[in-house]
Amino acid sequence: MNERGRRFWILATVFALFTLFLYGPMIAIVTLSFQGPEGGLTFPMRGFSTHWFAELWKGVGVVDIWAAFGRSLRLGVIVSALTLAICVPAALAYRIGFRGATLLFYTVIASLIMPSIVVSLGIGLEFRLMDDEIRTVITSHETSSGLFTSALGAHLTWTLPFGLLILLAAFNRFDRRYEEAARDLGASPGQTLWLVILPIIAPSLIGIALFGFTLSWDEIARTSQAIGGRNTLPLELRGLTQTVTTPAIYALGTVTTAVSVLAIGTCLGLITLLRRRRVRH
Amino acid sequence: MTSIERAPGPLTPPSEEVVAPGHEAAATHGIAPRSILNSPYALIAPLAIVMLIFFVGPLILTLIVSFWNYTQYSIEPAFTTVNYYDVFYGCVARLPDLCVTFATYLSTLKFCLIVWAITLILGFVLAWFIVFEIKTVSTQIVLFLICTIPFWTSNVIRMIAWIPLLGRNGLINDTLMGLGLTSEPIEWLLYSDFSVILAFVHLYTMFMMVPIVNSMLRIDKEIIEAARDAGAGTLTIALLVIAPLCRPGIVIGSIFVVTIVMGDFLTIGVMGGQQIASVGKVIQTQLNFLQIPIAAANAVVLLGAVLVIIWGMTRLVDVRREL
Repeated sequence: MNERGRRFWILATVFALFTLFLYGPMIAIVTLSFQGPEGGLTFPMRGFSTHWFAELWKGVGVVDIWAAFGRSLRLGVIVSALTLAICVPAALAYRIGFRGATLLFYTVIASLIMPSIVVSLGIGLEFRLMDDEIRTVITSHETSSGLFTSALGAHLTWTLPFGLLILLAAFNRFDRRYEEAARDLGASPGQTLWLVILPIIAPSLIGIALFGFTLSWDEIARTSQAIGGRNTLPLELRGLTQTVTTPAIYALGTVTTAVSVLAIGTCLGLITLLRRRRVRH
Repeated sequence: MTSIERAPGPLTPPSEEVVAPGHEAAATHGIAPRSILNSPYALIAPLAIVMLIFFVGPLILTLIVSFWNYTQYSIEPAFTTVNYYDVFYGCVARLPDLCVTFATYLSTLKFCLIVWAITLILGFVLAWFIVFEIKTVSTQIVLFLICTIPFWTSNVIRMIAWIPLLGRNGLINDTLMGLGLTSEPIEWLLYSDFSVILAFVHLYTMFMMVPIVNSMLRIDKEIIEAARDAGAGTLTIALLVIAPLCRPGIVIGSIFVVTIVMGDFLTIGVMGGQQIASVGKVIQTQLNFLQIPIAAANAVVLLGAVLVIIWGMTRLVDVRREL
């Protein structure tokens, strides 16, 4: 018992230190974003103010940060919706089975673990070649790559694998007797899906929406070579880290993280709510 | 299903068996009404098309263009191996001196190995704590979420968040100097190999921990009791009993960490102060100069290297059985 107690406390200490390591830096920049007007990029705090948020609101550097903010927000919502809209039917197809299922599965896995720079290069290249083809037909200086074409695709190569894996796992634990009962009672396939299957896997669906939005909202590596003229917020942020030398950059970090935390909180809250309701019924 | 059932994570949820593809009998027995929901090819089409356009297509094009010619402002169809020759320029002739490519791969592999070892040990210990030392499921879920929530926030912000702590005038240097432990700031804390490794561990331990948690949840806890009754100490149990049973999780986590570090250009760029070379950065730089064919050749070589590593690892585990 004594040895067991000692092991528990050693491991608990490791866990606590890891938590500190995980959240410490984040807490530091959130704190520093409330730095007083005379304060700098490092501690100590010189007063406490929302000065740098006001500065951020006015805009930092030459880029229009709030336009990028809006673009990333829209893209995140679209990626999230598309991830759900594509993964749910795909997972249903996997339950039925089809030719090439294993090949597609490993393609999706490959998409997940492929080095991001390779994916990004490939998509950027694909759109560049497409532009060249288009220009042989019509004279144009427009590019086909952009936020809702190449960047959207780049994000999907990252979010779809997560979505599919979560759903395949959810369906592996799914008790088929529920839908057989629904069918025996005369439900159509559509009714079975809407009224039985989707409500049961609802927590997983919320999880996928969360993955879709947050992974897109923060994505850089795959977007970097596959974005057209207008950058997403993380790309602008990376650029700003090299030019902005005031706590305004931390204020931007705090705002960006707040959006992520809001998304995470909403989703976890919804999942908890669903579980509570389920327990009550 | 006793634990962390709903915890989101790529490979988290445990299960006993996989629905084999082609196993159609169960879903379509009886009189199946005609519906798009009974047509797997219509259901899978969107995913297949997206994967084709944005993943398979680009990879094939990368392979093709790696054999093209390029000038300062354009790329031209051709079939030449000159790009690959350029990638490995001087690599054989100058041995035993390392050419640029070999030196870069060696440096990247060094990061890979160090980060892999640290995340493996850390991920294993954290997973052990959550799975075996915590008794209630709700506490397990909370601790699991504590470890995974940062995954859903921005990597760049999590990187720059180290600057006020590690910088010349950062918290750590200030504290050390305040305590009189050093007389001047330690320079190697930031923009160094150290800060790159720190950031990798900070960002990606979760990728190692989650699959190991998934594997550990399936281990019958009585095995540990049995080993203990047989006289094994904690370390013996961890290495000889639990680690082998966690092999699938360890392999999946390792694949994640190794592929991320091998292709990285962002973390090494930001945390290395743009001074440390990596394979990903080489490709990125060539793309900036629009030397697309040689960047493509480099990407193909990188992909080959990563595939060899993954192939070695997957020989140890069947991914589909792990969902």
